Amino acid sequence: MHLYILKRIVLLFPTLLGISLLVFLMLYFVPGDPAQIMLGERANAETLAELRAEMGLDQPFHIQFYRFFSGLLSGDLGRSIRTHEKITVEIFQRFPATFELTFFSMFIATFVGISTGILAAVRRGRFIDLLSMIGATAGISMPIFWLALLLVLMFSVYLPFFPVSGRMGTHIYLEPVTYFYTLDAMLAGDWAALSNVLWHLTLPAIALGTIPMAVIARMTRASLLEVLGEDYVRTAWAKGLARRWVILRHAVRNAFIPTLTVIALEFGYLLGGAVITETIFAWPGVGRWIFLAVQARDFRAVQGGVLLIATIFVLVNLLADILYAWLDPRIRYEK
Amino acid sequence: MNYLKFVFAVFLLACGGTQTANDTLVFVRGSDSVGLDPALETDGESFKVCDNIYETLVTYDEETTEVIPQLAHAWDVSDDMLTWTFHLRTDVQFHDGTPFNAQAMLFSLGRQFFKDHPHHDIPGAYKYWKDMDMDNIVSDMSAPNDSTFVFQLKRANAPFLSNLAMNFCAAVSPAAVEKYGSDFFKHPTGTGPFRFVEWRKDERIILDRNEQYWGKTAPLKRLIFKPIQEASVRFLELKQGTAQGMDNLNPEYIEQIRNNPDLQLLTQPGMNVGYLAMNMDKPPFDKPLVRRALNHAINKQALVDNFYQGLALAAKNPIPPTMWSYNDQVQGYEYDPQRARQLLAEAGLSDGFETELWAMPVPRPYMPQPDKIAQAIQADLEKIGVRAKIVQWEWGTYLDKVSQGEHTMALLGWTGDNGDPDNFLYVLLDKTAAEKPAGNIAFYRSDQLHDVLVRARASAQRDERDALYRQAQEIIFRDAPWVPLVHATQTAAFRHNVEGFKLHPTGNKWFRNVRINTP
Repeated sequence: MHLYILKRIVLLFPTLLGISLLVFLMLYFVPGDPAQIMLGERANAETLAELRAEMGLDQPFHIQFYRFFSGLLSGDLGRSIRTHEKITVEIFQRFPATFELTFFSMFIATFVGISTGILAAVRRGRFIDLLSMIGATAGISMPIFWLALLLVLMFSVYLPFFPVSGRMGTHIYLEPVTYFYTLDAMLAGDWAALSNVLWHLTLPAIALGTIPMAVIARMTRASLLEVLGEDYVRTAWAKGLARRWVILRHAVRNAFIPTLTVIALEFGYLLGGAVITETIFAWPGVGRWIFLAVQARDFRAVQGGVLLIATIFVLVNLLADILYAWLDPRIRYEK
Repeated sequence: MNYLKFVFAVFLLACGGTQTANDTLVFVRGSDSVGLDPALETDGESFKVCDNIYETLVTYDEETTEVIPQLAHAWDVSDDMLTWTFHLRTDVQFHDGTPFNAQAMLFSLGRQFFKDHPHHDIPGAYKYWKDMDMDNIVSDMSAPNDSTFVFQLKRANAPFLSNLAMNFCAAVSPAAVEKYGSDFFKHPTGTGPFRFVEWRKDERIILDRNEQYWGKTAPLKRLIFKPIQEASVRFLELKQGTAQGMDNLNPEYIEQIRNNPDLQLLTQPGMNVGYLAMNMDKPPFDKPLVRRALNHAINKQALVDNFYQGLALAAKNPIPPTMWSYNDQVQGYEYDPQRARQLLAEAGLSDGFETELWAMPVPRPYMPQPDKIAQAIQADLEKIGVRAKIVQWEWGTYLDKVSQGEHTMALLGWTGDNGDPDNFLYVLLDKTAAEKPAGNIAFYRSDQLHDVLVRARASAQRDERDALYRQAQEIIFRDAPWVPLVHATQTAAFRHNVEGFKLHPTGNKWFRNVRINTP
């Protein structure tokens, strides 16, 4: 098992290298001179030449490639061309926002999704099953843009329970330590700030969590139904075990593996930043940052952002694999 | 049950305290600042914040582009207009407590000008310094004593004074630049009415009142800039009262704001122009008759009504009417397709011709819907027999190709920098600007206009300059290198109890006189 994990971590490097190479090539060949885009209408020969030199765009392909590659190997992501800020700082300040939102969305999605899925499976064909599956289909089909705006209109405007946007109230001041505002508030012992942060998290977390919630509910229902038909479950019934015991202890644990895969995938996916949710709730996460970097052809920032997302995705999947083995001891990772 | 009580208590706690105090103003805008070093930035969102932190030797009057004293209380210009001596205030200090004096000014501008200055080489470039051609205007600068700052110019240049009012010429604390180095852009330290407190990227920038300000201290205690990209959400924050002001309104909100007693609307013709340039290097646009015909063919008022919801002015000159020397005597080419066809026939093109119409792929401040405007122009031209094919390129490629003159007709525009007519007329229409890569994308080369513009640059007399620029507008009208289309209106909205905010033609956002009255 340890060897397996080690191998997976070692494999991470060529994967990331491949991804960065792909991103480099895409940014190199995409039309449009980054210097020209940055300077807009005011570009003139002198400023263009200077900016191109600063960005290294005046160099031939192989030199640009070499510079990019050596920078990458030494772990130096450089400074953003658009903002002059270190890429690592840009990421450090924004990733916690994305992580916090993803964590709460997935928490809601997993909790509600699994409960609904179990309920639907156990009450198969009954009204509650029908209702939750209609709900799940609706959840998957709703465009997040529309849902997010609907939530804001409903719960911030007509029923002003929640704030319209942002991570915390403008009147709240928190010493930025980790940039995880829930943690920062706890570190400061500021409970009013903590509740304010959670209050701001609610609507975006629901908006972002709706699709994963629906997917998890459907997956749980399907795999639980399958497991409930297995011989060992029949044996468990035959033994006269309590209903709750059979379902939660025997069936759900085995049915959970495909659900876990879905959770891991969705988690990794959301950690890459959710441009639409971030845009509507003015959430300062990585998704919008990368989106802006692509628009500005800020290739160093795009590079750093993509590397971050790729790393997270691979790590989350690795974590899921480890959890499989824990959930189902029959799964072993041999050569 | 206890758990539920706890949740409820937390909820109540969270709901309370949403009200911002009456001396705090939250201003929402479309995106965050890029950086807060006034010499380094080029985008409006950065300058909006810098406007309140930094100050310059001279500044603009509250509502016009007239230049008035700020950190310099007076200045003298030598007769040959080559030596400019500024007399500085002696009661000013930076937010970090260090004194403002001529040495500090020499540092602020010297880092952009002297190639051997320790802070000359930085990540990024001093783009505005270059853009405003300061290297070719200034020959030297010095600080003979604490309260005197002197520029030596290479040649007489009247717009130079307006350049000094721009953000890039602001005084920055030398101590802070030394301390933070290339991170100064996130530790801005100036002399302005507000001092920097906190910047959370893409979330908020907080400024507090500078209690040690040399002038009248600001009524607002705290000023918060909050970026919200989605326009509808920005507007909701304003309606809910969680924000007190916003700018760049979508046209569809204008009626709502007018009808909402809690809100007030501010508008002002912006210092910009959206135009259609005809490439005079390519036939048939080398013929003045053809260019005039096209000027008669396009219905500008329809563009204003349909694509700007009335928030623009149809243009007849290259400079906007808010700018001094605007020539209202120029009659403009009225919309008259009949006359247009007639002019084409006189030019020997009674059957019309085929051409290309290039349109920007991205919305610009002076033209929010370039593709739709191109379609409307295409339809107008069709009526006089000119069959234009719309061509679009990715934005960077577009700018590159038009500056190389690959187009026949192209849409583009300009937003003024320093409030001087030279910044429109010389940059966009002088013959020297027609060298590739060109700012003059009509490739209009008029010796007569060049002569007028050069004389206006070299004159110290405002009346004389005014007359020369009026003359320049007549020459441009006659030669018709462009179809000047529109001047887009600047907009802002505030809660009804916010008082003292004025829109400025340059787009500057000053909050030093803004107060919030008790509702």
